[in-house]
Amino acid sequence: MDYIMHLSVLVGVYAILGLSLNLVVGYSGLLSLAHAAFYGVGAYGSAILMKDFGFSFLSAVVLSVLITMAVGVLIGLVLSKFDGDYYALASLGFSVIAFGVFLNWRDLTNGAFGIFGIPKPEIFGYKFLAGEPYAFLVLLAVIFTFLICYFVVNSSFGRVLKAIREDEKALQVFGYKTTLYKLAVFVISAGLAGFAGTLYGSYISFIDPGGFDDLVSVNLIVVVILGGLASLNGSLLGAAFFVLLPELLRFVGMPDSITGQMRQMIYGLGLIALMMYRPQGILGKFRL
Amino acid sequence: MNKEILLQLKGMNAGYGGLRILHDVNIQVDEGEVVAIMGPNGAGKSTVLKTFFGMTEIQSGSVKWRDKKIDPVPHEVVRMGVSYVPQGRRVFRYLTVEENLEIGAYVVKDKKEVRRRIEEVMDIFPDLKAKRKEKSVNLSGGQQQMLAIARGLMTDPHILLLDEPTLGLSPKLVKTVFAKIKEINERRNMAVVIVEHNLKSLLGIVDRAYVLDHGKVVIEDTAESLASSDALERVFLGTYNKRK
Ligand SMILES: Nc1ncnc2c1ncn2[C@@H]1O[C@H](COP(=O)(O)OP(=O)(O)O)[C@@H](O)[C@H]1O
Ligand SMILES: [Mg+2]
Repeated sequence: MDYIMHLSVLVGVYAILGLSLNLVVGYSGLLSLAHAAFYGVGAYGSAILMKDFGFSFLSAVVLSVLITMAVGVLIGLVLSKFDGDYYALASLGFSVIAFGVFLNWRDLTNGAFGIFGIPKPEIFGYKFLAGEPYAFLVLLAVIFTFLICYFVVNSSFGRVLKAIREDEKALQVFGYKTTLYKLAVFVISAGLAGFAGTLYGSYISFIDPGGFDDLVSVNLIVVVILGGLASLNGSLLGAAFFVLLPELLRFVGMPDSITGQMRQMIYGLGLIALMMYRPQGILGKFRL
Repeated sequence: MNKEILLQLKGMNAGYGGLRILHDVNIQVDEGEVVAIMGPNGAGKSTVLKTFFGMTEIQSGSVKWRDKKIDPVPHEVVRMGVSYVPQGRRVFRYLTVEENLEIGAYVVKDKKEVRRRIEEVMDIFPDLKAKRKEKSVNLSGGQQQMLAIARGLMTDPHILLLDEPTLGLSPKLVKTVFAKIKEINERRNMAVVIVEHNLKSLLGIVDRAYVLDHGKVVIEDTAESLASSDALERVFLGTYNKRK
């Protein structure tokens, strides 16, 4: 049972990451490979605020989400100078930079050793321990994120994002400052990724730079594309698939030592097959 | 005749990324006037419209609005009352007809006024009325073109810039589109600039025409006089300058 709860928490964290990244990649057509950076800033932010500065869980979450959004503004402003392939490459650059910061700003992040003993959340006197309580907390967080994303994509703001994805230049002709819209959605998405990071850190109680490297950004892109571009349900499906695939492999008798690598390979092959036969993803409504 | 000059390019040299496409171009559009810009592919017609909208690199020369020099940026040019319908019916295919029209009315802040204008343009283009809730990907080519023009009318502009509005339409539809444009021009006293490649029937609805070749204005004439000469054909055959 604990095992199932454990997997549920991980699926939930990836679901929040996938949903938020889909706002940028699926709904706005911006292939961002910077998402791990925000995930990491959120995780490190709340870990440091709670451990070193004695913040409560809720205030640490709020503050680190705000910090992540501020970082999102800076990165988003730089990225607004890029288009297409260059956008993807430049955003990947930010994942690499963030990893470098987590690794090398030792006074703050403890470098390669990572941060141990991140406290479990305590909200109004109730401590969310691993198992059912934490899974419940994450479930609430996923619902909250889903609602935010649902609202964003179905609002008139979301309509503009879809139009940007289709033809940004044509939209400017009507007076839209499309750069601002792109920045806004990027920052919302960054904040939600930071939120996922706070939940992950407190759950696992130990974080190190390796949990937030550029491969994580790539994996998240796969979660979004596999599940379906511009489909919120698709991101939930993609997250579940990503987290549960190694378990499935173990279940069919594959030794533990290679399930990790196998996941990466099956993932890669799956993505290639998908790009050939269903480029919009399983539940997707749009192709890149 | 003492009409105000609405929009003007003066001694315009402009292009993209250091490359010069327009060479010393002078074009003016008066209030309520319908002007044609014609010429071979690659002559720079689209570049002229984009330059009015600040979507090219201006190397020297000026854009003037009501005789005042401006530094064109799309979101400001729209607010002045210029509307631009780019080449290739760029409607948002996954938005409905109505949503497309609402996007066109972005600078109109009064929601009730937007509703009123949607009804108004739908009266001009009844085909769109029947399809108002349809995604525009489901419209025919002609209907998409109507939608693109209708969307350009949502700001109730003083001047409408149309880039090859009849591309890919049947001759019958071309006639309809031209008739609509003329009707709107007269009803609203709205100036229109129409870019077409080589379409003599366009001369039937315009007051004046410019012919562009290799980024230069090679002819500037009234519609009647251009229609009755062979100058246009000679530009397309590449023999115009040689006889001049
Ligand atoms: N975005 C651009 N970047 C670089 N060159 C361009 C761009 N758009 C058009 N051109 C070039 O400018 C010239 C004029 O193009 P255009 O104005 O589209 O001509 P027309 O509309 O008369 O067919 C062409 O040689 C074309 O290749
Ligand atoms: Mg053109």
